[in-house]
Amino acid sequence: MIEIRNITKSYDSTVVVDAVTLTLRRGGITSIIGPNGAGKSTLLSIIARLIPTDKGTVMVDGLDVARTAGEVLARRLSILRQDNHMTTRLTVRDLVAFGRYPYNKGRPTAQDQEHINKALAYLGLEDLGGRFLDELSGGQRQRAFVAMVLCQDTDYMLFDEPLNNLDIRHAVAMMKLLRDAARDFGKTVVVVLHDVNFASCYSDQIIVMRDGKLFLQGPPSEIIRPDTLQQTYGCPFEVHDLGGDRIAVYYA
Amino acid sequence: MKLFILALMVTLAAAIVSLFVGVSDVSLSALFSGEADEKMLMVFAVSRLPRTIALVLAGAGMAVAGTIMQMLARNRFAEPSTAGTVESASLGMLVVLLLAPDLPVMMKMLVASTFALAGTSLFLLILQRVPLRSPILVPLIGLMLGGVISACTTFFAYRFDLMQAMGAWTSGDFSTVLQGRYEVLWIAFVLTVASYVAADRFTVAGMGQDFATNLGLHYGRVLAFGLVVVSMVTASVVVTAGILPFIGLIVPNLVSIVMGDKLRHTLPWIALSGAALVLVCDIVGRTVNAPFEVPAGSVLGVIGSLFFLNMLLRRRLRAA
Repeated sequence: MIEIRNITKSYDSTVVVDAVTLTLRRGGITSIIGPNGAGKSTLLSIIARLIPTDKGTVMVDGLDVARTAGEVLARRLSILRQDNHMTTRLTVRDLVAFGRYPYNKGRPTAQDQEHINKALAYLGLEDLGGRFLDELSGGQRQRAFVAMVLCQDTDYMLFDEPLNNLDIRHAVAMMKLLRDAARDFGKTVVVVLHDVNFASCYSDQIIVMRDGKLFLQGPPSEIIRPDTLQQTYGCPFEVHDLGGDRIAVYYA
Repeated sequence: MKLFILALMVTLAAAIVSLFVGVSDVSLSALFSGEADEKMLMVFAVSRLPRTIALVLAGAGMAVAGTIMQMLARNRFAEPSTAGTVESASLGMLVVLLLAPDLPVMMKMLVASTFALAGTSLFLLILQRVPLRSPILVPLIGLMLGGVISACTTFFAYRFDLMQAMGAWTSGDFSTVLQGRYEVLWIAFVLTVASYVAADRFTVAGMGQDFATNLGLHYGRVLAFGLVVVSMVTASVVVTAGILPFIGLIVPNLVSIVMGDKLRHTLPWIALSGAALVLVCDIVGRTVNAPFEVPAGSVLGVIGSLFFLNMLLRRRLRAA
């Protein structure tokens, strides 16, 4: 369980995250949606202790992320931010192998190799294992980063816009993968998404942020509605029921 | 592994050549057959052997320091001579020369290290503050910072009539290396080995602070350790031989192009190639204009600046 209490963060005089309090239960996929500048990415980074908070606390399974040793948290919670620019020249396999760093401090065991192979296979990267990251396309690189996080094998996995750079086939595959991870392995997945319909079709729960505040929290059936979406994004929406999924149409 | 042993043999061969190049006649056969006279033995033990050891330790140390700098600054162009480290160490040397010229070499090295540490930390602080729109900005900032620091050094050296002395000890010249005056370089060696032990940490730190934190690495500690290594290695080289420019740029980049940046694999190659390159530059410097010497640092400067230019141009092409 992730308990977020009264998290506030401001840069200069701009409040980016404003007194957010919410609880994320174990298991399932939670999507965070909202317009640009709503504070989604900042909140995610604060949860993963990448950015210090000004006020409030984040507890992961009872551990305060600001005070718990980094290596302890690294075995419970992982995060992938967006726009990962890496100057280090690593092969895909070496990058993914570093996902095991919290466990082996750089000395992979046979068990670690198994994790690495599995993660590569999940993301269809078996053939690219020996390639350097700077020789890959944006989408392949994004998949390699996700494979590294999978390899880290933590109970909580946080992704900031994981569908960036991915084409439709790979975007769908990525969301299915995250759903399987949640269903089959009991992982708790939190994703920041831009595409409302991906959030609608794959999430167990949706969190809506607006102006740095928590605006709404609930299952897709409660959130993906014309009135709430309109209030969130400030433009007209239609919502259709298609084969059990709620699909928002906003191409007015 | 086989390749590494081959490279080791080549470097060893260069080291042996280095032992027997020079004005005074010292030959391998004479040393082994016992025909060597006392003078020959003395030249070998007091001058030749220390010089070759110094070349190896300085070359390996500076190449590894360059690699660490590139990981910490997350920039391919960063190395002690493009990050203000070398200039700061030189300023430290000047301060010692002015205030306490009789300090033992070890203390001189520690003072120079402290200055180098301060200068390099300042460089990293500036990097954090400046919005970096282009990777080329990083070495530019470092070169400017180095320029400002060495301007201070020159000013005081000029005022106190130390310009000539300064010129002598900043030229990257190994001809002055004698027994009893190079031993601080063993500290560089210890730090080079320590860097290898921490190789995975430096690789993870090089992935960036977010990745490092996610993987549970204490980024600040690795940064501090890296800075200490870079500063002390640079200072010990500056104190014994002078400035060896670009070695931390050429070697890590070439190794990276061929083998990538997984330091657990590449650091031994980087150290070995650094040693070999400095050995070769020193041999070239000793033979092109014999019996006079061109400092190894100058030979490196020529090779290094050409390499640096080539790198900048290739970057431009790739970006375009």
